[in-house]
Amino acid sequence: MSGFAKSSIARKVVMALSGLFLVIFLALHVTINFTSVLSPDTFNAWSHFMGYNLLVQYLMQPILVAGVVVHFVMGIALEIQNRQARSIRYARYNGGANAPWVSRNMIITGLVVLAFLGLHMYDFWAHEMVYKYLEANPEDPTRYYGETVEKFHPIWRTGLYVVAFVLLALHLWHGFASSFQTMGINNKYSAAIRSFTRLYAIVVPLLFIIVALYHHFNPITH
Amino acid sequence: MKLLLKIWRQQNASSKGKFVDYPISGIEGDMSFLEMLDVLNQQLIDKGEEPVVFDHDCREGICGTCSLQINGEPHGPDRLITTCQLHMRMFKDGDTIVIEPFRAKAFPVIKDLMVDRSAFDRIQQAGGYISVNTSGNTVDANTIPIEKTKADDAFNAAACIGCGACVAACKNASAMLFTSAKVSQFALLPQGRVEATQRVLSMVRQMDLEGFGNCTNTGACEVECPKGISLENIARMNREYLMASVKG
Repeated sequence: MSGFAKSSIARKVVMALSGLFLVIFLALHVTINFTSVLSPDTFNAWSHFMGYNLLVQYLMQPILVAGVVVHFVMGIALEIQNRQARSIRYARYNGGANAPWVSRNMIITGLVVLAFLGLHMYDFWAHEMVYKYLEANPEDPTRYYGETVEKFHPIWRTGLYVVAFVLLALHLWHGFASSFQTMGINNKYSAAIRSFTRLYAIVVPLLFIIVALYHHFNPITH
Repeated sequence: MKLLLKIWRQQNASSKGKFVDYPISGIEGDMSFLEMLDVLNQQLIDKGEEPVVFDHDCREGICGTCSLQINGEPHGPDRLITTCQLHMRMFKDGDTIVIEPFRAKAFPVIKDLMVDRSAFDRIQQAGGYISVNTSGNTVDANTIPIEKTKADDAFNAAACIGCGACVAACKNASAMLFTSAKVSQFALLPQGRVEATQRVLSMVRQMDLEGFGNCTNTGACEVECPKGISLENIARMNREYLMASVKG
């Protein structure tokens, strides 16, 4: 197994599996987010559950963080190795003639999503840490909807979220389908898999965008 | 047809190369790209200059010897052909053509446009064969019934001529398409199954040792491959490798 751990295929499999894990997480995330558009009470209930359930906080959250870290660290490491594999670049490289832009620029879309994650963690995760542990505020299952809507009040933040979700869509457009190829799945079902992954790549980021825009244009009036 | 050729000139592997401009005229559309370079080289020889070094052998798309990155694409702008099959009718009068060697750390430049592709040989030597007793008792391969679709897939994989266009086209200089074709052509046939586990482990290990990049499934290799080797082979090699790793 030591040879396997060092192999290029193993590294690709790690990228594929961590990516698929994050894809599943995104589906859960967008489902909960979208309840904020449909029912503030439901959104508050789900958010409170995710924020205080011990299984979520002490098992699922560390696994999620590990999945994110592994995906990004491995992605950056592979990009460095790939660049080293062609130390002298072509003077003319017509990449668009044989491969779509999204597949050739996963590092760009990925780094934008990573930068967005920094903002997202600052906005929500850091806020939760301060609220729960530094200020030691009591549990308030009704606060989440108002706090979320408030976050999307500034146009700059809503704009950054929309741009990040467009880049996430581009990342998923190639990455989701690519993970199946890496896992060795390329058969008569591949066309259906590709259609599903591309539909997912459009629908999930679009729902995130709808949530951000909905709350920006429907602020809570005090 | 009048053209301006921008050709990479490099004395040897350790020297620093540069582009040199060569205006050329009298080129016919029916000439092959290599014939056009032959014309240029004859002109250079007549002037007492050193001709441009480039790889070629069969000049009929079989041997996989010719290479060249032409205007940013391996084997030029046409599809399912090698450079020797590329015709000058693909270009227009007055065009500038940039000609570079295949670029990859694993394909060091020998001189000018000629690169060392022996990394492919070493991958092949690591397991791209079947061990057969040739003492006179060898059973004819055709006596073993093989499902037609599998035979066709194996044949299509075996069509790989090892030219290196897949590596040249890939933004990561990955050799996954070549290696997977060589793994697949045996993995699909009963004779190749006997050593399938060790074959894929050894060939992938050698591929990694040579310093090729990692496949990111852009599909550029499949598009630029002169023999149309499919990405299905990469998926098959990934499956073979994962199964082989589990078996140990």
